[in-house]
Amino acid sequence: MIEAKALTKRYGDKIAVNDLSFTVKPGVVTGFLGPNGAGKSTTMRMILGLDRPTSGSVTVNGRPYAGHAAPLHEVGALLEAKAIHTGRTAYNHLLALAATTGIPRGRVDEVIDLVGLRDVARKRVGGFSLGMGQRLGIASALLGDPRTLILDEPVNGLDPEGILWIRNLLKDLAAEGRAVFVSSHLMSEMALTAEHLIVIGRGKLIADTSVTEFIERASAGRVKVRSPQAARLRDLLAGPDVTVADIAEGTLLVSGLTSDQIGMIAGDNGVTLFELAPQQASLEEAFMELTGESVEYRAPARTAERSAA
Amino acid sequence: MTTATTPLRTGRVTQLRVLNSEWIKLRTLRSTFWSLFAAVVATMGLGMLFSWGFASRLSDHARPIEHAATMAVTVPLRPYVIAQLAVGVLGVMVITGEYSTGMIRATLSAVPGRLPVLWAKAVVFSVVVLVLMEIVSFVTFLGGEAILSSQHVQATLSSPQALRIVAGVGFYLTVVGLLGTALGAIIRSTAGAIAALFGILLVLPVLGEVLNLTSWGRHITPYLPSNAGGDLLTNAPEPGSLGPWTGFGVFVLYTAIAMAVAAYLLKRRDA
Repeated sequence: MIEAKALTKRYGDKIAVNDLSFTVKPGVVTGFLGPNGAGKSTTMRMILGLDRPTSGSVTVNGRPYAGHAAPLHEVGALLEAKAIHTGRTAYNHLLALAATTGIPRGRVDEVIDLVGLRDVARKRVGGFSLGMGQRLGIASALLGDPRTLILDEPVNGLDPEGILWIRNLLKDLAAEGRAVFVSSHLMSEMALTAEHLIVIGRGKLIADTSVTEFIERASAGRVKVRSPQAARLRDLLAGPDVTVADIAEGTLLVSGLTSDQIGMIAGDNGVTLFELAPQQASLEEAFMELTGESVEYRAPARTAERSAA
Repeated sequence: MTTATTPLRTGRVTQLRVLNSEWIKLRTLRSTFWSLFAAVVATMGLGMLFSWGFASRLSDHARPIEHAATMAVTVPLRPYVIAQLAVGVLGVMVITGEYSTGMIRATLSAVPGRLPVLWAKAVVFSVVVLVLMEIVSFVTFLGGEAILSSQHVQATLSSPQALRIVAGVGFYLTVVGLLGTALGAIIRSTAGAIAALFGILLVLPVLGEVLNLTSWGRHITPYLPSNAGGDLLTNAPEPGSLGPWTGFGVFVLYTAIAMAVAAYLLKRRDA
């Protein structure tokens, strides 16, 4: 269980996290979604007491992180890939972390097997691939058998087999009643793993909703209409809450009316329709729609190619 | 299965456990072994070489050396100046190695109180360096004096000031390393902290020689860290120096201040 209240972090004039409040509940995987630079990692560091909030507060299992006598048993964290000394072996890395709260050697062996690093446990981390580094990070997170897990971009650098593995692992961890908080900038990955979503852009909360609702909300009420009498239909559909866009020759994109309503209007006025299709936004579109205004870094729009596409 | 099958005692973080963790960290890095190896080889190897050179110079009876008996005490241990480079670098890396790799975030999230980490690093490092370098210092002294005995000017541990100087090498090197650890925690970059440490130990004394040319500067130079610390290791002090234990005390005080600043910043800054 993680509870953030009005969490804010400033670096000089720049606001990295702006008045962010949310709750991560036990028993579900909560996705933490936002474009690069949205403030996800900063938020996670504040949860772990690594960065001090400028204002606001965040608690884990009812207390500020630093207030726990045995933090590794409360919260397991995977911060960015390889927050690990490259000169040490995987086994010794885990052993040193385990020693801080007296976790026995047996548990170190257990988590090594759990993440599938048995063969390389005695090798130095400097030679690890990104994927092996992620697995070791996950092993450190699980070391204390914590009730809450915080994972920053865990699928980065994993191969398809590794991605599938982590997806199932996260679901299993949530099914055991743990709170699992996973950040990603990949919407599609979150849709397959998370049940709940917290979406931020430029440090601000954009959405705190279930994955299903998130998609429905973003694609709400857009209907594509193709007609030889597009211009006439456009006038007929016009209304206070209705917007109509020309997306191609003879093709309109209507929001504010359902496909049934559009069909009725067309029928009543004898307008021929070639196509009448409610639009289901893809996850990426839904994500872009919501965060479009809040992307931190963006290449200049390539208008010509876009309209041709 | 993600749930632990090994029963986990819900262990609290204690200073003792953090000490154990830091001991594991120190002994599982190759850089620890190589820096200490360099310090040992430099001290012993150069100590023997210096003693041999001194002995052969003494054999030239046409040009006798004044104060040969006084010099005989310190000649074998002169290479401490080189050994301090290796020990200083290790002291710095004990902490900056964690910043450069990102390990510090894992460390500080395991020990959110943070200060126990700094204390544990300092204690583990001190004990290892002190024990090792005391042994090395005594062995080097005895070996060097055995070489000098060919010219019958050898000192023994009961020679005036000899015991203090031989034991002092281990103390001095330990404090140099701790100063490195403190600077490492303050500066958080290996290159920056090593530059600062050697600036203090090697460059400041050179500036001190310039200061010595002025009447007011002469009162400052004895307080420069390496001059003050070096007082412990000489039996032929510069005029105006602070004396062995006062000088070393001043050096320890500087290191303690640096460590206090490091602790304050570690607690206060974002990791």
